[in-house]
Amino acid sequence: MDDVAAAFREEWGRVVAAVIGLTGDWDLAEECAQDAFAAALERWPRDGVPVRPGAWLTTVARNRATDRLRRAAVGAVKLREAAMIAYGPEAEDDPSGVRDDRLRLMFTCCHPALAFESQVALTLRTLGGLTTGEIARAFLVPEQTLAKRLVRAKQKIRNAGIPYRVPPAHLLPERTAAVLGVLYLLFNEGYSASAGDDLIRQSLCGEAIRLARILAALMPDEAEAGGLLALMLLHDARRATRVDGEGELVPLDEQDRSAWDAAAIAEAEAVLEAALRRGRPGPYQIQAAIAACHATAGRADDTDWAQIAGLYGRLAKLVPSPVVALNRAVAVGMADGPAAGLMLVEALAKAGALAGYHLLPATRADLLRRMGRTVEAATAYQEALELAPTEPERRFLSRRLTEMSR
Amino acid sequence: MQYVLMLCADQAAPGSSDWEEAMAGCISWAVEMEARGVLLGGIGLRPSADATTVRVRDAGVLLGDGPFTDTKEQLDGFSVIECENLDEAIDIASQHPWARVGLIEVRPVWAP
Repeated sequence: MDDVAAAFREEWGRVVAAVIGLTGDWDLAEECAQDAFAAALERWPRDGVPVRPGAWLTTVARNRATDRLRRAAVGAVKLREAAMIAYGPEAEDDPSGVRDDRLRLMFTCCHPALAFESQVALTLRTLGGLTTGEIARAFLVPEQTLAKRLVRAKQKIRNAGIPYRVPPAHLLPERTAAVLGVLYLLFNEGYSASAGDDLIRQSLCGEAIRLARILAALMPDEAEAGGLLALMLLHDARRATRVDGEGELVPLDEQDRSAWDAAAIAEAEAVLEAALRRGRPGPYQIQAAIAACHATAGRADDTDWAQIAGLYGRLAKLVPSPVVALNRAVAVGMADGPAAGLMLVEALAKAGALAGYHLLPATRADLLRRMGRTVEAATAYQEALELAPTEPERRFLSRRLTEMSR
Repeated sequence: MQYVLMLCADQAAPGSSDWEEAMAGCISWAVEMEARGVLLGGIGLRPSADATTVRVRDAGVLLGDGPFTDTKEQLDGFSVIECENLDEAIDIASQHPWARVGLIEVRPVWAP
């Protein structure tokens, strides 16, 4: 039973992708995948798990699909059409050089002509194998809403002629960025889930990492895919220490580093190194490098803040965002002292782009606190407290505020 | 003078008896107007849920899911194209100057 569950997670996407490739029918593909897994549940306990479970499942699903299409009068036409047009064997211009239907599926799910929330839902359903109910719970929407969203997305793919393929070379950069964006959102949703949230929500991190691993493996030349995988692994490695037993936020410098997942960090470093060797730096790789600086410092005091500040500087050139500039200010505040960091933060505050963003006053407050300017720090903590979006953050800022009046 | 008739409807469920009647009426209307020599052509479109909007701005080709009607842009004209798939249609649309000054809604033509 456990073997089937494990195979399920791993192979669902592969099976669905293959049957879509064969028939062009997404609903049929999901149904035939269900049938194949039901057959496995029945036969494997009896006959043993096959040496290649994925191949077994795919064969059963494909046979089932062919059967069903033959029986429908329309089906014979569909099979011929499917063989001829967009759903046939992969076109010769497949730039990845790897014939894997999951890649076609991933790019199609994340096509920019679909609403972003639909891309996310479709990816989780077809590649992740989550049920409609599970996806709905993960994103805190009613199941009906999610079901409709999936139906509409599949209809749009069919009716508007969204091709089932890895995009041609001239579209690949922007489309790959779209796929990475969906995976990163999945990860962040899972990362921000708290202990009280549905387990499905918490499992999104693992799911995002699993899909990112597949993507990185299928697109070995795509440096940013490796960068994103490394970034996710590094964040995930620290997840257990982010909150304490009472659900309170633990700042980075107070986290118990011995509880960080060393294996995940090691994997991340290897992946990142391979990505950087491609010589095509990008935002995910840089963010991963920053996370790696933290992850590889044995103690908070050993953190190479100068390097982190430099990396944020490079990131700012690629992604000119005031949030990046703020993060750089934090790093400068650590590397060159709080006064230097404060200068940058005040400049940002003056520019006004971060109005309403709680981490701006929170950062000011922290720098002022370290400079001993407790009255001003208290004011800033109050400001941050009013803007803070989550309970754990509000409690953290509250405590700091209380410390200022001691 | 030439005119374009833009046929609009609240896209509530096809399958209601009003709808069926109207669909049948389209054909008889077309036959009648062709006989009169006034009908130059016509095309039925898929529902707006299957539309994609295309804008070309400095950031590049920006796509949206669904119809354009939530915006201040108004219909100025239309073209009928034929190509392989939506990616090609988007590419063709993005090269039209209207994609830069406004936006272009790419809507698939109705086919059984």
